[in-house]
Amino acid sequence: MTSAEFPNLVPAMPELFIACVAMVLLVLGVFQKEGAGKTIAFLSTITLALAMLILVAFSQGTVTTFNGLFIADQYSAFAKFLILLGSLLTLVMSQSYLKRVDSNKFEYSILILLSTLGMMMMVSANDLLSLYVGLELQSLSLYILAAFRRDDLKSSEAGVKYFVLGALASGMLLYGSSMIYGFTGTTNFDALAQQFQNADGHVSVGLVVGIVFMLAGLAFKISAVPFHMWTPDVYEGAPTPVTAYFAVAPKIAAVALLMRVMIGPFGELVSQWQQIIVFISIGSMLLGAFAAIAQTNIKRMMAYSSIGHIGFALIGIAVGNQAGVQAVLVYLAIYLFMNVGTFACILCMTRNGESVENISDLAGLGKSNPAMAAVLAIFMFSMAGIPPLAGFFGKLYVFLAAIEAGMFTLAIIGVLASVVGAFYYIRIIKVMYFDESTEAFDAPIGKDMVAILAGTGFVILMFFAYPAPILDSAGAAAASLFAG
Amino acid sequence: MSDLPILSLVTFTPLVGVAIILLLIRGEDEARAKHIALLTSGVTFFMSLFIWGNFDNSLATFQFAEKAAWLPSLGISYHMGVDGISMFFVILSTFLTPICILSAWVVIKKHIKEYMIAFLILETLMVGMFCALDMILFYVFFEGVLIPMYLIIGIWGGPRRVYASFKFFLYTLLGSVLMLLAMFAMYFEAGTTDIPTLLTYNFPAEMQTWLWLAFFASFAVKVPMWPVHTWLPDAHVEAPTAGSVILAGVLLKMGGYGFLRFSIPMLPLATVDFTPLIYTLSVIAIIYTSLVALAQEDMKKLIAYSSVAHMAFVTIGAFSLTIYGIEGAIYQMLSHGVVSAALFLIVGVVYDRVHSREIAVYGGLVEKMPFYALTFMIFMLASVGLPGTGGFVGEILVLMGIFQVNSIVAAFAATGLVLGAAYMLYLYRRIIFGALTKDNLKAIKDLSAREVAIFAPLAIVTIWMGIYPMTFLDVMHVSVENLITNFNQAVAAAGDGAVAAR
Repeated sequence: MTSAEFPNLVPAMPELFIACVAMVLLVLGVFQKEGAGKTIAFLSTITLALAMLILVAFSQGTVTTFNGLFIADQYSAFAKFLILLGSLLTLVMSQSYLKRVDSNKFEYSILILLSTLGMMMMVSANDLLSLYVGLELQSLSLYILAAFRRDDLKSSEAGVKYFVLGALASGMLLYGSSMIYGFTGTTNFDALAQQFQNADGHVSVGLVVGIVFMLAGLAFKISAVPFHMWTPDVYEGAPTPVTAYFAVAPKIAAVALLMRVMIGPFGELVSQWQQIIVFISIGSMLLGAFAAIAQTNIKRMMAYSSIGHIGFALIGIAVGNQAGVQAVLVYLAIYLFMNVGTFACILCMTRNGESVENISDLAGLGKSNPAMAAVLAIFMFSMAGIPPLAGFFGKLYVFLAAIEAGMFTLAIIGVLASVVGAFYYIRIIKVMYFDESTEAFDAPIGKDMVAILAGTGFVILMFFAYPAPILDSAGAAAASLFAG
Repeated sequence: MSDLPILSLVTFTPLVGVAIILLLIRGEDEARAKHIALLTSGVTFFMSLFIWGNFDNSLATFQFAEKAAWLPSLGISYHMGVDGISMFFVILSTFLTPICILSAWVVIKKHIKEYMIAFLILETLMVGMFCALDMILFYVFFEGVLIPMYLIIGIWGGPRRVYASFKFFLYTLLGSVLMLLAMFAMYFEAGTTDIPTLLTYNFPAEMQTWLWLAFFASFAVKVPMWPVHTWLPDAHVEAPTAGSVILAGVLLKMGGYGFLRFSIPMLPLATVDFTPLIYTLSVIAIIYTSLVALAQEDMKKLIAYSSVAHMAFVTIGAFSLTIYGIEGAIYQMLSHGVVSAALFLIVGVVYDRVHSREIAVYGGLVEKMPFYALTFMIFMLASVGLPGTGGFVGEILVLMGIFQVNSIVAAFAATGLVLGAAYMLYLYRRIIFGALTKDNLKAIKDLSAREVAIFAPLAIVTIWMGIYPMTFLDVMHVSVENLITNFNQAVAAAGDGAVAAR
């Protein structure tokens, strides 16, 4: 292969499209005077939607390009589709909030685009270097987004906290990567996988240390215990639409990346990393379940909830086979809809133009706004994993995979944690329906919110009737990860 | 047999009612939701009678079967069907739902629309659960019941409704999730979630023990068995009348049905091992909860404890593994479903008028409410197990069944009849007889036409079940016989295997 050869751009079409448009919009935004935010946001939404179309149109089996740094397969396509959908929905949700707090700056949309680009790079990374580049592009954009309300103390604090801890995690990841490179002489995933093929599970200690450091860095990004400390503070401090974004797209990207790294290059070393994943999975599930009980702020509660959900998803990674990966992908897809919907509800919690964030503010919602209460109740029951709602099927697949692999202890701890978790989810429903009403929220809520609530609610409610699209594509995606 | 998917129709017709209520009823019109709900549940009931009418008594297989792919990659299908064991529970569910809706007619004043929707959804889930022939499908319905019931207790319940609803929800969920894991383990062992196939599969003996315990965790909470019964009195006391009716009438039966559908036929070896445990817990339940019932000051609580005692008869009968015992258990569940439902409605009648469930508040009601006293008497005696009522047939069959295998348990269980008579007659005396001295009772009105319409069908069924039980026993006989034959074969085969292994 000569270095002058021009790389095949087709597999990276969606990424290239977003990158180019983001640059153009950035210039456009700078040259526009007032009110650029709205136009740029609209154009960014269109961009994300088009990127989804391009993604679907150009997906073609498993292809690597850019000298093996970049891989496009059905697995990455599935994850990218979820990421784009999550970004798209949160961008739409953000508009009314940004207008209300009067910080509708055009950079917001650009940052979302760039972080989305970073996430797409992450899930398509086929090399430790491209992994790191994608991860950093994503992280840096997110740090700024967290502190986007720069005149707000909490938001700035969240941004700084996220940045400092995130930089530490990136450092660990980079250190781990360097150790892996040092002990194997390569950063390419395929080459790594080949080296371990005959290793029979026995490798040098230095490499294991490298993997542990990488895992620590990635665990930070998915906010798994014991690297979860930043999550509640950042979730609470960041502007609500940004929190919604944090809870969805970056989580999906990081879990997808974690799976690619663990199953791809280190797939032969399951015995080395499995117990680590099991440990952080159990820790996340239990912490997510117990710590959420004491929360009074709904954004903090959702932070712990997301920690718990990541714990459940990690069960599928711990299993480390195709059924496990499929389970995680199904879980993530359902998680996306539940979280977007729930945060849409949280964004609608306003009184006299001010956001309120306490769980007790939901009191009497069943009376004052029955439709919104019903939708939120659906999300809460779904997160608790009560059939026939979609959340149940997410858990079903994860636990099925665990039982199939004979990991009974993990499964039993998991279901018990889900019962504890059910307590705080149904407490929200209790507040909405059983408690006496307080002052009603501002009404009517915007058409965009109604559309998002109705759409996500419908998916969660009716998933059981026609689960095939998500299940089949997740199955195909998982198969493609194992084919290579 | 026709090709009409009758079970699906019965299961999902209530959802049509939900859709109509959601789409057509707006704002001030709320009261019309009641009419739609009553109409839908009535239609559902008549359709379910069609199942009974076309049921072939001579077959032990599942009838009216329907099968469609649902989660094809896992081989999980939408498989429905009924046999002699499950058929009457379907009818019981569809029978009680219109009665519940009627009972709420004037009582429920807030969120009428949501109330009706909750009951219709509940009906779908209950019927679906009894018809499901796929474990995962069964679980979806079984667990889905929690959602409407949690809301019914929590929104329309009494002063401690929050506590009661949480306790109900979490107790049941905790038991069920363990069962779910057991179902997964069975799936990977047997390679299918299809109930008819699993009924013939022989699970390894050591695995059966764990599976049995996991199922037990779920069903024992649901039945409920002592000592995990404590959610029931709370839930009953706080639930609105119709909620108690469904809870006692159908939801408790889900546990008993679960034992008969899963634990006993699928895990026969473990069943043999654990039968003494069931006997012990049931005997404790019968004696202990009867004594507790005797001491209650709250009418609903008393009936709730009596339910625990009556359901203990069911578990004893089911695990006696004799034809009499199992038929008695099913019969007891059906008659208890009707009678306890009626008793909760009876409490509801005076509660609606006086707004108190305390026994001490009442007395001498016979003077002002003669029809009420008569109705109460019918169901009170049925609960005691007087010959000529449904309660008698169930209890006597259970006692006959258990006497064949274990006369000591039978003797203890029989004390339950005496104690049952004691607390029910004592309750009746304090409420109905004596002098009518309380001022607020002086102007109390007797049963209204609506209330007569509620109690008449219940009374007819209770007496019919007492006088001509063959109507019901004939239907279940072949299925029960088949269950016992298969059970004995499985146990014998395992015994031979053990001998051969030596």
